[in-house]
Amino acid sequence: MGVEGIGASVVRKEDRRFITGKGRYVDDIKLQGMTFAHFVRSPHAHAKVKGIDSSAAEKMPGVVAVLTGKQIVDDKVGNLICGWAIHSKDGTPMKMGAWPAMAPETVRFVGQAVAVVIAETKNQARDAAEAVVVDYEVLPAAADIRAAIKPGAPQLHPEAPGNVIYDWTIGEEAATDAAFKSAANVVSLDITNNRLVPNAMEPRAAIGEYNEAEEHFTLYTTSQNPHVARLVLSAFYNIAPEHKLRVVAPDVGGGFGSKIFIYPEEMVALWASKRTRRPVKWTGDRSEAFLTDAHGRDHLTKAEMAFDKDNKVTALRVKTYANLGAYMSLFSSSVPTYLYATLLSGQYNIPNIFAEVISVYTNTTPVDAYRGAGRPEASFVVERLMETAARQLKVDPTELRRKNFITAFPHQTPVIMAYDVGDFGASLDSAMKAIDYAGFAARKAKAKSEGKLRGIGVSCYIEACGIAPSKAVGSLGAGVGLWESAEVRVNPVGTIEILTGSHSHGQGHETTFCQLVAERLGVSISQVQIVHGDTDKVQFGMGTYGSRSAAVGLTAILKAMEKMEAKAKKIAAHQLEASENDIVIENGEFKVTGTDKSIALPMVALAAYTAHNLPDGMEPGLKESAFYDPTNFTFPAGAYICELEVDAGTGKTSFVNFVAADDFGRLINPMIVEGQVHGGLAQGIGQALLEGAVYDSSGQLVTASFMDYTMPRADDLPSFKLNHTTTLCPGNPLGVKGCGEAGAIGASAAVINAITDAIGNNKLEMPATPDRVWHAIHG
Amino acid sequence: MSTIKLTVNGKAVSAEVEDRTLLVHLLREHLNLTGTHVGCDTSQCGACVVHIDGRAVKSCTVLVGQANGANVTTIEGISKGDELHPMQAAFRDNHGLQCGYCTPGMIMSAIDIVNRHSGKLDEDTVRHELEGNICRCTGYHNIVKSVLDAANRMKVAQAAE
Repeated sequence: MGVEGIGASVVRKEDRRFITGKGRYVDDIKLQGMTFAHFVRSPHAHAKVKGIDSSAAEKMPGVVAVLTGKQIVDDKVGNLICGWAIHSKDGTPMKMGAWPAMAPETVRFVGQAVAVVIAETKNQARDAAEAVVVDYEVLPAAADIRAAIKPGAPQLHPEAPGNVIYDWTIGEEAATDAAFKSAANVVSLDITNNRLVPNAMEPRAAIGEYNEAEEHFTLYTTSQNPHVARLVLSAFYNIAPEHKLRVVAPDVGGGFGSKIFIYPEEMVALWASKRTRRPVKWTGDRSEAFLTDAHGRDHLTKAEMAFDKDNKVTALRVKTYANLGAYMSLFSSSVPTYLYATLLSGQYNIPNIFAEVISVYTNTTPVDAYRGAGRPEASFVVERLMETAARQLKVDPTELRRKNFITAFPHQTPVIMAYDVGDFGASLDSAMKAIDYAGFAARKAKAKSEGKLRGIGVSCYIEACGIAPSKAVGSLGAGVGLWESAEVRVNPVGTIEILTGSHSHGQGHETTFCQLVAERLGVSISQVQIVHGDTDKVQFGMGTYGSRSAAVGLTAILKAMEKMEAKAKKIAAHQLEASENDIVIENGEFKVTGTDKSIALPMVALAAYTAHNLPDGMEPGLKESAFYDPTNFTFPAGAYICELEVDAGTGKTSFVNFVAADDFGRLINPMIVEGQVHGGLAQGIGQALLEGAVYDSSGQLVTASFMDYTMPRADDLPSFKLNHTTTLCPGNPLGVKGCGEAGAIGASAAVINAITDAIGNNKLEMPATPDRVWHAIHG
Repeated sequence: MSTIKLTVNGKAVSAEVEDRTLLVHLLREHLNLTGTHVGCDTSQCGACVVHIDGRAVKSCTVLVGQANGANVTTIEGISKGDELHPMQAAFRDNHGLQCGYCTPGMIMSAIDIVNRHSGKLDEDTVRHELEGNICRCTGYHNIVKSVLDAANRMKVAQAAE
């Protein structure tokens, strides 16, 4: 490893602009003649829109236009779609209700847009939006899963009787039932996986710009995947054909899944820019983010685990209701199915698994992928069951896990996934050592003597990352391929541009992707520029989510690099009058092995572009591209252990220690990997202790601001102790697995296992607020 | 409409703005200082923190009229040319930022924290003092490290002066 190569904790190249206030986020962009949009949003969770009177608003100062849902439908802008087809167990396709970008007839969640005001200034747009009068006929609402599936519940969409979108199953039901019948012991749990609001710190924003002469649109947007946005806006929403639509996602202030999806506001900004012949900017405020960014999680689950007399798991049976909100967001259908139930085997050898997932509509904000997306829910089910089983069977929870670990690879689970590699025992050993697990009993006794309730909780998670391969996801219903593309351009002076379809919104690609180039060519990362986030520059891309950028995106770069290097070696060999097989690349030079003959990269590049002396028949230039589609998912896994104390008098939880041992395969930049884990852990701990979206029975989101929704703050969290164990991923040449979601997937079970251990009561829901913990202690 | 005169990053500026304009909007929209961010609408997140007369203030909670005549420093005004402020350098060196959106407010708050504690800081104090700044990316681990590191750097820099 060089000082800037793979494995080096290189300080990030992109930081200088962020620490000096020179980042360029969507809201920082000003265009000539730009107008501002403010949406008129429904205050009701379910209502008929009987009429909209915009006459007063239209006369207000600075108002350019007031546009309504009826107009966007009349202009044949397409309805929003869900791009992953799921079929119910009876073979029928999922029941997708129509979702127009602004509601012409019916609103189904608080915050759904019915109209938009376009004005010269932000304040003028906001003032005029207040003057738009909407006549609503309020309908009864179903604000949660239980209310939506009750007989006689309000119906959201005529397409979905009983509000059921699909009733889907995976695994062998009969074999699983039989295993339960012959089980020595059965453990069961009812689990609520609390609804979360992603809350990337940068609120969503969009600028639509229409060029009348060229009939061309540009969209500046807060997106994790600008090419996917262009594809969907073109192919399904009828905004503009792809060659007439440029999508730019500049600096984006965090995503966590919520910026994967194409939202109504982006469609409206583009459409309105054509209607008004002016650029239209919309910047969401935090209240709008709470009401309209896709939420995460929200499952009700009954889970049972069967054991034989030797405490080996023989079967797992799960029934989950998933709340998808009022409309099916872009990938919503896949989250509680193929991203959830396929991970229910956890790290364990479970011969029989059967899961049924029923997804339902409710009068709430749409729910879709949020950091981990299905895998945190699965991991929570499995790890809560394991801990509960250990208590019920009166064995040490680490020993019970170890007894059931998968130890031979590849391992085919009963729920699709084929784990390629791992060493779960090594991660658990590492975490136990880091927290001095053996010494816990003594620490607990000492704490007890001081009047404190101390607990320890283990969570051994596994996830499937590097979302791809295309063929596999296609067979499971995905509407898109999930490969990645890259291009390597060596300029005539030898500097290098890497164009990637991955998108960085905090992950540090501008550094880590350069490290691959430094590793292979021996050049400084200062000679390399990463270009991303612009459909006019980058040939194509599927974007960043599901911890896929290293495993898929970086491997695509590697493939393009290999092609470029092969050509460069031919040029170097020609220049040096040597055989190309004798050429090696070292320290930015092409050398003839065993000789002192060499030529520097800039001279090879220059030769490629002057084309004065190239091998016969060779095309000029030094630029190669690649599309890479992996053969399998990657399977990051690890062990988290949390030690904490509960104050029985107040129910308050205080961390004593939180250790992680992750196996991410090869690490490109350990500093950045650790940063990803810290952030993931914070979100997992946030779910366990603090965060929860709460709707009242009428469908009002009562936690719709940072005053009401508890975001983790610095003094809510401990410092973390991170360790790594390594099994290289055999599915990609870099051996990488992905690290972006692990913390959020594994942390919450560790925390709840620790609190329930401390208080001696296993019945505790997330978020485990002091109030809930106090009641769990005192009844 | 009112005419507002103040000093921003050492330069005298004046602007004709609506009375309801917030300081953060004056900075971002009239003065094009877009390093100061807006992350919420309830004065909770701290992405908009600037210094007014040397003290950290959430600029989303200040009407421009209240800042009339004040000396305002933003994230764009703390480095000396190419030389980063020690807090900026510490955030970079300790990987104290990821998406960068909360970072300007974090840095401005953190400088104020170090100044108010005259260089004497520990982890608990930093965590407590940072409760007005929300970060969704870092889990605060490396932000805390950055602030403690910068506190030392600022002490050394002060001693050298």
